[in-house]
Amino acid sequence: MSLAKRIIPCLDVTDGRVVKGINFLELKDAGDPVEVAKKYNEQGADELAFLDITASSDNRGLILHIIENVAKEVFIPLTVGGGVRTPEDVRNLLNAGADKVSINTSAIVNPDIVYQTSSRFGSQCIVVAIDAKLTVEGSKSFWQVFTHGGRNATGLDAVEWAAKMASLGAGELLVTSMDRDGTKKGFDLELIKAISDKVDVPIIASGGVGDLQHLVDGVKIGGADAVLAASIFHFGEYTINEAKAFMKSNHIEIRQ
Amino acid sequence: MIAIIDYGMGNLKSVFNAFKQVSPEADIKVTSNPADIKKAHHVVFPGQGAMPDCIRELDERNLRSSVIDAAKTKPFLGICIGLQMLFDKSEEGNVEGLGLLGGTIKRFNNQNTADESGHKLKIPHMGWNEVSQISHHPLWKNINNNDRFYFVHSYYLESKDKNIVSAETSYAQKFCCAIAKENIFAVQFHPEKSSTAGLQLIKNFVQWSV
Repeated sequence: MSLAKRIIPCLDVTDGRVVKGINFLELKDAGDPVEVAKKYNEQGADELAFLDITASSDNRGLILHIIENVAKEVFIPLTVGGGVRTPEDVRNLLNAGADKVSINTSAIVNPDIVYQTSSRFGSQCIVVAIDAKLTVEGSKSFWQVFTHGGRNATGLDAVEWAAKMASLGAGELLVTSMDRDGTKKGFDLELIKAISDKVDVPIIASGGVGDLQHLVDGVKIGGADAVLAASIFHFGEYTINEAKAFMKSNHIEIRQ
Repeated sequence: MIAIIDYGMGNLKSVFNAFKQVSPEADIKVTSNPADIKKAHHVVFPGQGAMPDCIRELDERNLRSSVIDAAKTKPFLGICIGLQMLFDKSEEGNVEGLGLLGGTIKRFNNQNTADESGHKLKIPHMGWNEVSQISHHPLWKNINNNDRFYFVHSYYLESKDKNIVSAETSYAQKFCCAIAKENIFAVQFHPEKSSTAGLQLIKNFVQWSV
């Protein structure tokens, strides 16, 4: 018996609602964040991830209010990301009730923010999100880090970047394959495995989950410590319970 | 009053929310005021981040003697670094703890260590793990043996006195995840983030009289 692998539903939030769309096009309303969070908690989610996809700065404060309300009713770890730029943003989210804050673009712009925030608030609450895309340059192919939801190439090698982020104090890495995100073809297992083998900190696999076998593969082949999915849960294709039962039948340790 | 000791390390809202959930009528205060800690009938000593920072912040607020007094006199719940600080010393920054209990806080070793599925052992130990109860204690009431609780830590306790070990967890090795001695109960995991089992433990603490 040992540490359970975690299932983390991801809630994209904007204007106070949970939304889901493919590649952020045609966003569909998926409910009130507090209600959705409670539902997943009751189904046995091990953690919840919230991604604030609000474009305008005017409505940024809404996510704090949402997290405050979720944290009063749901007693499992909450990770919040999207638009986190400064140590002050991290502090505000933690004070609202987030247990972990995920940092993405701003870690590229200023890697020192990972060191600053992890030394100040503890590594346990700093997650670095890495969006990567397989890139071929001449005879060389590598997973390249992208920012701004996959629009901007950085030239950085995702595996090296992951190691650097862990060394600066990230307590966990959320690795998303941009090639797979929204495709329902499963995680990019080679990417997940390459990073998981390279770093000591836990890895959350993300991007591409279309069925329950994908979750199993992420753990068994990719070596992920946690698996994140959105669409398969939001529209009732599968419940968290079903995902856990399937993982268990594949001899993966889960929390029942 | 239930006092949750605030010494400036991290967010205590989760702890407050969990106490409020199980005990809506109780007077619960997140506080760094020694008078509150003295007046409280139950004291919670949380902690996150690095232990050297926690000890420094505690001393900067002159709270060391209040914590020690409370730990000697009334129902006292240590959580995470709040457990670690009760002991002699920690390998994290080679810092001395409060020395209320004998033992050392050590770092998990993942050199050539694999987890049960054959993958490299990750540090921190993060997620839901089984808590196997070693001793009977009022704080385990209505909690099943081997129920899972949420952990996040890179250092663990090696207690000098094995008689105070109240529960163990396995992460490549067995380690002590809960201790009980007289009016002190302390856990390495986070009951405030451990769903039903965690809330039950907090409820048991609120109802505990020594």
